[in-house]
Amino acid sequence: MSRQRPGPGPGARQAPVRLGAGSGFAGDRVDPAVDLAERGELDYLVFECLGERTVAAGHARRLRDAAAGYDPMLEERLRAVLPACRAHGTTVVTNAGAANPEAAGELARQVAADLGLAGLRVAVVTGDDVLAQVRAADPLVWETGQPVSAGDPPVSASAYLGADAIVAALDQGADLVITGRVADPSLYVGPLRHEFGWAADDYDLLGRATLTGHLLECAGQLTGGYFADPVTKPVPRLAWLGFPFADVTADGDATFGKLAGSGGRLDVRTCGEQLLYEVDDPSAYLTPDVVADFSGVTFSQLGADQVRAAGATGRSRPRELKVTLGYQGGWVGEGQISYAGPRCLPRARLAADVVTERLAALHGIGPGQVDVELIGAGAAFRGLAAAGDPREVRLRVAARVATEERAQAVGREVEALYTNGPAGGGGARGAVAAQLAVRSCLLPRELVTARVVMREAACG
Amino acid sequence: MRVDDLADARAGDKGGTLILAVLPRDARHWPHLREHLTAELVGRHFGPAVAGPVTRHEVPGLPALVFRLPGVLGGGVTGSTALDGHGKTLSYHLLTLELPGDAVSGTAPGREPEPA
Repeated sequence: MSRQRPGPGPGARQAPVRLGAGSGFAGDRVDPAVDLAERGELDYLVFECLGERTVAAGHARRLRDAAAGYDPMLEERLRAVLPACRAHGTTVVTNAGAANPEAAGELARQVAADLGLAGLRVAVVTGDDVLAQVRAADPLVWETGQPVSAGDPPVSASAYLGADAIVAALDQGADLVITGRVADPSLYVGPLRHEFGWAADDYDLLGRATLTGHLLECAGQLTGGYFADPVTKPVPRLAWLGFPFADVTADGDATFGKLAGSGGRLDVRTCGEQLLYEVDDPSAYLTPDVVADFSGVTFSQLGADQVRAAGATGRSRPRELKVTLGYQGGWVGEGQISYAGPRCLPRARLAADVVTERLAALHGIGPGQVDVELIGAGAAFRGLAAAGDPREVRLRVAARVATEERAQAVGREVEALYTNGPAGGGGARGAVAAQLAVRSCLLPRELVTARVVMREAACG
Repeated sequence: MRVDDLADARAGDKGGTLILAVLPRDARHWPHLREHLTAELVGRHFGPAVAGPVTRHEVPGLPALVFRLPGVLGGGVTGSTALDGHGKTLSYHLLTLELPGDAVSGTAPGREPEPA
């Protein structure tokens, strides 16, 4: 069964559009998206796969390998959902192109050809890589208050693009749109603007569309994920959490649902929490498309797992675009070891003292660089709550240093506690990882040009 | 009476800034939270970790309160070496805050309210 495509062109549509949330972050589950693709009768399936760090990490991978830099799970996701999406006429939109949308588009065409989906139209959106513009314009870095040129040179600069290029790609008939850094809600705003022909400056409509995108962009967080508490907020069949979809009308009203038989819950409480997630001022939610105002939003429960959202508005979009700057951030080395039973907390503290003293004396890693956490004794609350008398404690020592070799010393000093440290230390582990630091700046919108390139998948 | 007796909370991060949303489990508790759960009280609960003015926004249509706590997350998820760089666990620290004022009727700690 295939859903009807819009008639003579973009903007002709009157029937509601169904948007499904395929992922809420780079490492998200694949099976809920497959369920939506197969049973959801979707018009669009959207995979949001980027955070600030994911984009910068993609650029770091691309520096080492020119063919890399896109989301490592892209192939798995596409193989899993493209056959069903093709069968049901569902268009896929994703920012999984990350730091290399062109290579991601190439991969997508290969996957489509392998799957026998010749003719699948793959649109690649570029223009978010603004390193050259940032070097030329030299804007102020938020975190330092200094121009970009005053600090270490960034290895990447990714502008948050809005929905414009997605609308252009869909207007050209794309079946799959792959972008780099596009703002999360804009991935949902694009299809709505395309389907209903909304103007790019109809800010109340864009405010409503941005509300829909914001509620869907974290996928399972709308249906009981990051919400469940077995006492205060029980969620049925959490292991089989269904991802949400929204039915959006031509005037931007949205009703949210999830598939019958999937786990989770969708109600005014899950929606209320997600509305405010990472929103510091509900009256000014800034995206490249609009300054949305969520302060008057209300939710109403229409039925089981069915919620209507209303009350969002919008104002003129910002003149400048936010840019994420990626920097080499050195290395982080860490080590962990557990202590349990009587005096476990003093033994863990003794262990921390031993490691800290030796890191300073032998490895040039001063106490100011070392982060000591006593997991199980208040570490998560950053020392704000009393440690109490825990039954077991896991010591974690971490330090950010300049070289990989020095980072390895942290884990080794913790592991050496096995034979040289306090009694009863067990389960020691060490790890080393290259780090990226991320900062932000603004760039005038006119310096950023998004482009769309469309190519079809060949015969397999 | 703790916030946990009346409300849910969700944590989000923006760089080094912690954002906490507080939603009463029952709309009857909204006036009490609105009156007593001030930006100043929340700022004190997070103590020396806060590096700037704590702000509070009201969202009466839900209803809910949103707090913005600058500096609590240090360098944030990319700059801090803390295990939970996002500060996702910190919503439950807010739930431990003792609220001033008389106990509100109709509450039981941790109770799931009746469906609407």
